[in-house]
Amino acid sequence: MLSFILRRLLIIIPMALLVVTVTWGLIRLAPGSFYSGEKALPPAIEENIKKKYGLDKPWYQQYFMMMGNVVQGDFGDSLRYQSDSVNAIIKRHLPYSATIGLLAYLLALLVGVTAGVTAALKQNSMWDYGSMGLSMLGLSVPNFVLGPLLVLVFALWLQWLPPARWGGISNLILPVVTLAAIYMAYLARLTRAGMLEVMRSDYIRTARAKGLDEKTVLLKHGLRGGIVPVVSFTGPALASLLAGTVVVEKVFGIPGLGNIFIQSVLNRDEPLILGIVAFLSILIMVFNLLVDISYGFLDPRIRYE
Amino acid sequence: MAENVEQVKGASLWRDAWKRLLKNRLAVFGMVVMIIMIIAVTIGPAIIRWTTGFTADYVPSRLDEGDLVQSFPPSMQHPMGTDDTGRDMLARVLQGGRISLMVGIISTIVSLLVGVSWGAVAGYLGGRIDNFMMRIVDIIYAIPYILIVIVLLSVFGGPNTPAFITWMSERFGGVGNQGLSQIFLLFFALGLVSWLTMARVVRGQILSLKNQEFVLAARATGVSTFGIIFRHLVPNALGPVIVYATLTVPSVMLTEAFLSFLGLGVQAPYASWGSLAADGIKNIAIFPWQLIFPGVTMALTLFSLNFLGDGLRDALDPQTRKF
Amino acid sequence: MDQSNDTILSVTNLKTYFHTEDGVVKAVDGITFELKKGETLGIVGESGSGKSVANLSIMRLIQEPPGKIVDGQIIFDGIDVRALPIDDVRKIRGKRIAMIFQDPMTSLNPFLKISTQLTEVTRLHLGHSKAEAYKHAINMLKTVGIPDPESRVDNYPHEFSGGMRQRVMIAMALSCDPELLIADEPTTALDVTIQAQILELIKDLKARLGTSVILITHDLGVVAGMSEKIIVMYAGKVFEYAPTGELFATPANPYTKGLLRSVPYPAHEQGKELYQIPGLPPDVAHLPPGCPFAPRCERAEEICSREFPPFVQINEHHRSLCHFAREVYEDSLRERETAQGPVSDAIKI
Repeated sequence: MLSFILRRLLIIIPMALLVVTVTWGLIRLAPGSFYSGEKALPPAIEENIKKKYGLDKPWYQQYFMMMGNVVQGDFGDSLRYQSDSVNAIIKRHLPYSATIGLLAYLLALLVGVTAGVTAALKQNSMWDYGSMGLSMLGLSVPNFVLGPLLVLVFALWLQWLPPARWGGISNLILPVVTLAAIYMAYLARLTRAGMLEVMRSDYIRTARAKGLDEKTVLLKHGLRGGIVPVVSFTGPALASLLAGTVVVEKVFGIPGLGNIFIQSVLNRDEPLILGIVAFLSILIMVFNLLVDISYGFLDPRIRYE
Repeated sequence: MAENVEQVKGASLWRDAWKRLLKNRLAVFGMVVMIIMIIAVTIGPAIIRWTTGFTADYVPSRLDEGDLVQSFPPSMQHPMGTDDTGRDMLARVLQGGRISLMVGIISTIVSLLVGVSWGAVAGYLGGRIDNFMMRIVDIIYAIPYILIVIVLLSVFGGPNTPAFITWMSERFGGVGNQGLSQIFLLFFALGLVSWLTMARVVRGQILSLKNQEFVLAARATGVSTFGIIFRHLVPNALGPVIVYATLTVPSVMLTEAFLSFLGLGVQAPYASWGSLAADGIKNIAIFPWQLIFPGVTMALTLFSLNFLGDGLRDALDPQTRKF
Repeated sequence: MDQSNDTILSVTNLKTYFHTEDGVVKAVDGITFELKKGETLGIVGESGSGKSVANLSIMRLIQEPPGKIVDGQIIFDGIDVRALPIDDVRKIRGKRIAMIFQDPMTSLNPFLKISTQLTEVTRLHLGHSKAEAYKHAINMLKTVGIPDPESRVDNYPHEFSGGMRQRVMIAMALSCDPELLIADEPTTALDVTIQAQILELIKDLKARLGTSVILITHDLGVVAGMSEKIIVMYAGKVFEYAPTGELFATPANPYTKGLLRSVPYPAHEQGKELYQIPGLPPDVAHLPPGCPFAPRCERAEEICSREFPPFVQINEHHRSLCHFAREVYEDSLRERETAQGPVSDAIKI
């Protein structure tokens, strides 16, 4: 088990470096640079800056310079936010995204799994149709439509909640609900499908033949097998949620990481792009590893060698 | 003779799936809405123009009289209200629907072509090549698609636009239309970031198919590798491919809307549901209909497509039926 | 059907239908039988003949929808099971009627320890405390012949072989000392040598505990040495119902005769082709109006595909669903007198 985790952790580093390499290649592939466009500088200054960042050297030297720093965990300073290191920017903006992301996923998990189990338990009932219809709706309403609509109703018309900005718990409600909606919907569908699959299996029939009531059959015998797909979905979903979601941050004016990333891409802020991409890919791989580990607790048949 | 039997069986398999699909009320609802939607966006703008004189770009004449144009709420004359400059929203929504539905179709076709070929080749060749090809998929997966789309747009944008994209947009909107060719470029870019899951699905299918006897028979009779993959294996993996493709359509439409929301997608004078909704958000407090109508139209379309995709999955894969 | 005191289960005209896209499948269509205390009943039939559905119906374990018990009576020890509220049925399940399923690999919950799966039955039905139930579980594992039960009880199902898992299933089924044990093809998924062990175990436990048993199988060889009475099912109907010895000696139904002839036996002459019933079992969703076996029957005449056959009473304990039941029965008698019956010797295991 321990060696399995260790081996998987070791793979993460070269994979992340590979991702950084490809990303770097992609940025370089596109014509222009941070200094082109509206931010055009006088040639002399541009020359100086290029020298400072080593942009006058051949591309392979630049690559190895960049990689040399990245391997040490140093992504350098942002081009846009001068004198701010990439790591500091990530550290500063992550807590906002992470708070909202985590809360949203917990909410989605709670509501989604409950709705999915209920729907599976009462298959083809009004509960089933109701929760599946709602979750289909959740999958179909884009969150940049849902968010503003929620603001319109709860902040502007009813004036129950503040429309935007970071602050107290009441500020969190609307963005968290907006963000959670689509995950809730997806989790409800996943749970329902997983539960129905499991509830048809032979061992559930055995449990029923023992005289257990439906609730015990479902929760004690069915749930563990039924939520396996939910667990696999959780890894990548949680990773991308924590790292921030542009739409919600934009709509609600939250200074999260997602917005910073989009800005960095639009500005071609190379160090910042590389830093965030590397962070995101490590996050995804770590969460996938956590998912694989939790399979082991869920299913005794899985062993790690 | 044997081929005949095979064909008959194949045909009835599809016919059974079709019958099952028609029994699924929600899928039929989705299909009907989609048909209406396609007809509406195809001939709708022309009808509106003919009956009321409004086009998507029609600006009321009061502007010329120095009157301040404002956004009118829904009325008999403008069922969806008007936008900031007084243009009829219904006409705009129908016009935007053309682009949005085209995104869904063209991007999905692109993702189908790339994903199916990639997955089928990797799955059939196996070994190191498979490993290598799937690692590439993993890496692309780890890079935010927004970055890839932006890079693709800037690499192939402007004067570098591939000739076939220019050709396609000229077919559609007339020669010399740079704006439209950029939108078509966007379709391709979206397709090029949406094929990863498709490749995985197809690879899985091919892996389970490639050791079956009909493949061995084809190989024994000297069919080329290309022929085996694309004439023997891919047609047999069609069920999951179709199902996944139906679910890709709403997902690329959402992605386009999201890009438009960020101001990276469809640019004025063109519009999509996404860009219309993004415009509407700015005025949400005073002119909520500017967001509600494009948003709801889009949601209804995605809703129908999702139900249709669900129904197709159940119809083509009877084992998972009754979900 | 007389409802005497020593009858544990009587099933009358049971009908269980499934509503599918292809129409109504009459999986069980009017079967009647009874089982006395301490007796073993064999139910034999090909797959799809409705034998499993019939027994799931007795336990009210048919998923509804698509299935439904549409008619008939199930009296278990004087209780009308069909009329019972489902909560009261649950008090019977696992306690008074227990079931063993075909595939031990999938019938145990892979996520739960054996101890959990064993103790939950006795804690539920016998009100055992955790410790009592645990001790009882170990005892049951010992009873069914699992070596080193003290440590094995905390294992997971995947740590057992197929035969051992079936023993666990039996231990689970018997842990509340049920009055009726329904064994649904308990040996089909197992190796031949293990099969014999499991059958011996069931036989042995039955003798010790006095449990009544319904043994469902597609293999006449399995029921021969186990049961007092046999039901032969085909297309949801009882085709023949007779005491075991009589059924083997003088079958009164062409289908039973076909089944008997298709049993392979070691003394079978080499080179002589093994008999098989021609054709395939019918599609129970689209049954012809006449006898469902008619298309495959050697003895079929014009009436067979036109009219549904009567359930002919041959003697007090022997009934057969066939237009020519008496003729077939007399043929069997004659065959038995003149030469050796076709298989009767072979079946005596």
